[in-house]
Amino acid sequence: MEENKRTCLYDRHVGMGALMSPFAGFDMPIQYEGITEEHQAVRTACGVFDVSHMGEVNISGPQAEEYVNHIFTNDITGAPIGQVFYGMMLRQDGGTVDDLLVYKRADDSFLLVINASNIDKDVAWIRLNAESYDVEIDNLSDQIGELAVQGPESEKVMQEVLGVNCADLKFYTFREELLDGVHILVSRTGYTGEDGFEIYAPHDAIVAYWDRLIESGRVKPCGLGCRDTLRFEVGLPLYGDELADDITPVMAGLSMFCKLDKEFIGRDALRLQKEQGPKRKIVGLELQDRAIPRHGYEVLNADGQVVGHVTTGYRCISVDKSVAMALIDARYAAKDTDLQVQIRRKRFPAKVVAKKFYKKSYKQ
Amino acid sequence: MSKIYYSETHEYARVEGNVAYIGISDFAQRELGNVVYVDMPEQGDDVEAGEDFGAVESVKAASDLIAPVSGAVVDINEQLIDNPRLVNEDPMTNWIIKVEMTNPAELDDLMSEEQYAEFIKK
Repeated sequence: MEENKRTCLYDRHVGMGALMSPFAGFDMPIQYEGITEEHQAVRTACGVFDVSHMGEVNISGPQAEEYVNHIFTNDITGAPIGQVFYGMMLRQDGGTVDDLLVYKRADDSFLLVINASNIDKDVAWIRLNAESYDVEIDNLSDQIGELAVQGPESEKVMQEVLGVNCADLKFYTFREELLDGVHILVSRTGYTGEDGFEIYAPHDAIVAYWDRLIESGRVKPCGLGCRDTLRFEVGLPLYGDELADDITPVMAGLSMFCKLDKEFIGRDALRLQKEQGPKRKIVGLELQDRAIPRHGYEVLNADGQVVGHVTTGYRCISVDKSVAMALIDARYAAKDTDLQVQIRRKRFPAKVVAKKFYKKSYKQ
Repeated sequence: MSKIYYSETHEYARVEGNVAYIGISDFAQRELGNVVYVDMPEQGDDVEAGEDFGAVESVKAASDLIAPVSGAVVDINEQLIDNPRLVNEDPMTNWIIKVEMTNPAELDDLMSEEQYAEFIKK
């Protein structure tokens, strides 16, 4: 057994008594005070997450834009410097290699932020497809730490605690600057459905920012537990649950991030699937009972035949309901379709609903 | 007078005569965190020692409930349907099911309060 990796904040997490658990090959904090308390802090005030486990890969060189466009579903052509894009890398058959952010740092330099669980796979994929392109690929994952400061108070906290003025940063844009002599990248992004920022910096700086944020008393330390409940409520996918090697963005309802009028790996498969309609789809489910549908539980039609499985489910914190996202046979994906979820020894009625259980409140 | 027995899976059986009130220990509720749902059997169901009869769920995960003794469920704690957090507030008062035991000799396989206190220190 290989040892789990540790982020630069590992000692802080353990010192603060966080419940630690392996995630994507890292020992990560799941919760400090409790998932519900941390979740509410992000919805109503401000929370900080250690997301240093995420991977960062820089692609630069004369053909950098062309190459990123070749492996990325969204269209970065001619974008302004400082723009962030969300999208996917796909296999030829349309299956998802990963979902990621692309930061345009210069006309010939792009930073890709990828899921921790996929770093090795993604880097291999990026190198494999780059053979005929004049690009340089740098895996910076072990050198860069990352904090996510999330919640309606984030802008104030960034300014008043860290001295980073974010008022002029629009949603999905970023800036690189020197903060106390250290080169950092800060973007108005996140994965919680709230306004917020992500800071990329060397490990020492990340630890110093963490300490200042916590000492201020204005920011609650948050674990990956509430990161999952927050992203789930607003219908954001998690790779491994709603996206996977055998789940395309069309199946996951993410077509808006796939620009089919430009070339990219997997485009033809996606186009065909879009024309014919996917055989399976990610949908939202709502139960009337309090029973909680969990990842992997079977979804059945009214006749009791298995038609899919739950990908993520919770007793939703912001709206007190048992809800899930599920990958099911597309014939049952229409809103208000009556289905059932097998929860241990019982079957509970469930209805297909929109997979946004709580409204996002981004600042545009 | 009631006597309390504990299982290694952190359920207790509070025994009065031939009836056992079954719930989870204070240690278990603390480990679990906020309880958001308790899955209970129905009145009249049979439970068997060592077999699961339901689950307690936190935000993050579901934990099976394992019956410490065998018998028939004569009552369930209906308060927990709408107010599952009672399990956190006072797990001993807020038992989950009430069982008419069919084999009280099974109690001999469980731990006393003192033994359980030692057990959770390990």
